[in-house]
Amino acid sequence: MSAGLSLAHEPVSKIPNGKLAMWGFLGSELMFFTGFFGAFIVLRNANYDVFGEGSSHLNVWLALVNTFFLIGSSLTMALCIHNAEHGNRGKQQLFLGLTLLGALGFLVIKSIEYSDKWGHGYFPTQPHHTLFYSFYFIMTGFHALHVIAGMIPMVFMWLRGFSKEGYPHPLKLEVLGLYWHFVDLMWIFIFPALYLMIPYHGAAAAH
Amino acid sequence: MSSTTLAEHAHVDHGHAHDDHGHHHQPWYRQYLFSTDHKVIAKQFLLSSLIFLFVGGAFALFIRWQLAYPGKPVPVIGSMMPDTWVDAPGSGIITPEFYAQLLTMHGTVMIFFVIIPFAVGMFGNFCIPLMIGTDDMALPRLNMWSFWLIPPAGLIMMSAFWVEGGYAAAGWTSYPPLSASIGNPALKLNGQALWLISLFLVGFSSIMGAVNYVTTVLNKRAKGMKMFDMPLTVWALFITAIIITLGTPVLAAALAMLFMDNFLHTSFFLPDHLVTSQKYFGGGQPVLWQHLFWFYSHPAVYIMILPLMGIVSDVMATFSRKPIYGYKAMVFAIAGIAFLGFIVWGHHMFQSGMNPLLGTTFMLSTIVIAVPSSIKVFNWLGTLWRGNIKFSSAMLNALAFVSMFIIGGLSGVFMASAPVDIYIHDTYFIVAHIHYVLFGGSLFGIFAGIYYWYPKMFGKMLSETWGRRHFFWTFIFFNLTFFPMHVLGVGGHMRRIYDPNVYDFLKGMAGLNEFITIAAIGLGFSQLILVGNILWSLKNGRKAPRNPWRANTLEWAAPAHPGHGNFDRDITVYRGPYEYSVEGRDLDYWPQWEPGKSVTVDHHTIAVADDAGETKVFGAH
Repeated sequence: MSAGLSLAHEPVSKIPNGKLAMWGFLGSELMFFTGFFGAFIVLRNANYDVFGEGSSHLNVWLALVNTFFLIGSSLTMALCIHNAEHGNRGKQQLFLGLTLLGALGFLVIKSIEYSDKWGHGYFPTQPHHTLFYSFYFIMTGFHALHVIAGMIPMVFMWLRGFSKEGYPHPLKLEVLGLYWHFVDLMWIFIFPALYLMIPYHGAAAAH
Repeated sequence: MSSTTLAEHAHVDHGHAHDDHGHHHQPWYRQYLFSTDHKVIAKQFLLSSLIFLFVGGAFALFIRWQLAYPGKPVPVIGSMMPDTWVDAPGSGIITPEFYAQLLTMHGTVMIFFVIIPFAVGMFGNFCIPLMIGTDDMALPRLNMWSFWLIPPAGLIMMSAFWVEGGYAAAGWTSYPPLSASIGNPALKLNGQALWLISLFLVGFSSIMGAVNYVTTVLNKRAKGMKMFDMPLTVWALFITAIIITLGTPVLAAALAMLFMDNFLHTSFFLPDHLVTSQKYFGGGQPVLWQHLFWFYSHPAVYIMILPLMGIVSDVMATFSRKPIYGYKAMVFAIAGIAFLGFIVWGHHMFQSGMNPLLGTTFMLSTIVIAVPSSIKVFNWLGTLWRGNIKFSSAMLNALAFVSMFIIGGLSGVFMASAPVDIYIHDTYFIVAHIHYVLFGGSLFGIFAGIYYWYPKMFGKMLSETWGRRHFFWTFIFFNLTFFPMHVLGVGGHMRRIYDPNVYDFLKGMAGLNEFITIAAIGLGFSQLILVGNILWSLKNGRKAPRNPWRANTLEWAAPAHPGHGNFDRDITVYRGPYEYSVEGRDLDYWPQWEPGKSVTVDHHTIAVADDAGETKVFGAH
């Protein structure tokens, strides 16, 4: 290759490669969760009471707190990107740290919920497992895996941010931000679908 | 999940891309194993797919032996077969259980480890960056990972050999309840569970590759290249990548649910009232799996054929020395097939218990696919019409693709029609159809692509003589093997049957079964010519020139055996990819990268002669 030759040029679409690829990947992720939601719709309609009964044992308040954790972390992620683009390194680190904290808080509460379900025997292969809990564990499980997958690069970027030159790629932060908002958005669908079958919750309280 | 990989490697710094072009700067494992060079990754896909082609082919030959000579020991290697495969150690007689595993593994290996990696993995990697005139994929490291998920996936699939019960045995479609392995204790991996894990990895590899292709095509086209200046190969791969991005994740979700059913004894796909020794919950629906599976797997048949349609278009234009007939119609036909592919999946389930009204809907949408498919076939014929045809090995395979695709396409219209399908469902007619489109179509297209791009891939010319021999033997044995299967099917021969002799009405077709098996053995061994040719030419082939086929597309602007970075000249695109035999020009081709005025209107070129200022209008037809 002769010196000075460069085929590289501005992205034709004006959208950076990483960002465009992330949009494509999120389209794919959307279809992944669509598979679960499609099955959920079909089987819930066929097993209305099993699903309602299962839902009544879930703790809405813990999930609500979790919802605020995730939405909050989405906000701090956006603030982190905003500050990264304006070169405010201190605030960038602060908000990325808060995002991590939100994600961690989400996982802690999730694990409290899971251990409670384990204790009451709702896990697969345990005696009180029903079709509803199959959906509960596969949907929240894959969602939690997505949260963990997002936290790994986040930790890396955060630690790198403390070095002398700081974290040098605001674009990568932005791409991670896109992903993080998607994880948040999926929870916004999972939460009502699994937790908010209100009439059944009322019936359970009356017992 | 490896969204982390994506996020970490999401942004490729352009400044760095050119610092490490020389291979000698890198250790050997970065050059040959964990290379980020799209051409090396394409060769890795070529190697792995060729290996699996022979694995899948061996499974097929075992199947054929059992059908032609049920209860007779497998010749030559029968005494060496593992004890779990045969009814008594050393007897060489295939057991029914192993026969079911053979059927499953033949289909799975050929589709997920041969055709898709060949069509999408190899050609996608090799062709896209070269044909759009850029140095590499948009996200090279992601690209590397998309290959490196395939070997572990293959090993996981094959490791079922050491598991109790052997390989997965529920067919490549893995319908529950059978595939939920109800008798199997929970938390115990069986062949079916390994099958599910393996395909999940393959799907993930596909998605990573597809996202990369889409980004590369949208962002990295050479200066001056508009979307409608792209060769049809790139168009086809681009649209295929969109299908993969949207279809494959649905399969992944279904695989995860079936894995739960299999491994953790949930019941997403298990109905009430199944009588089993194990406790299970019920409430699920087996047909739900079929919907989810075919929502991916019908688009997947277009994943397996569309890239080859693109390749065949390019090969045909080059060797007919004519512009492709109806370039834009070809692009819209590909897009149309891709769209329709998502709304026809129910035609696999006419016999699964479906509302007749819904069946009719799926029947109509399926038959409509014949329209864009016919547009493509007519345009190929239009390209050939009065062309200056050169019957090279690549061209012969491309011609075989079109003719075999017509046969496979027509039998497809038969089974798209619900009343006919009810008769031929689950018979060898279906087997004949799928092999006419997947072998006669896809595999001949793959051969055409290998013969066409081998010079650019390895810098050597393939032996044309042996290429033709490979083509003729393959073509003859292919038709001798698969055409009689139509007859078997109409005669009622079931698709998945261990011993046809148990039915009196099938006994009359034993001779036909024997004939097919002999032809199939010939077909299998003919493929050794291809491998021999590839290996022999690697060492002894004539050194390839830059542009051996005198073709227009950008990959031929690159050096004969391009290194990392691909091009040694600046690439600017001046015209569309199919300016062959332009009147008033000495050469019968006009490369996309060659400077010179030419205004393209509807792909009928208006060339402005540079010196005389004389304007000529060339209608392509």
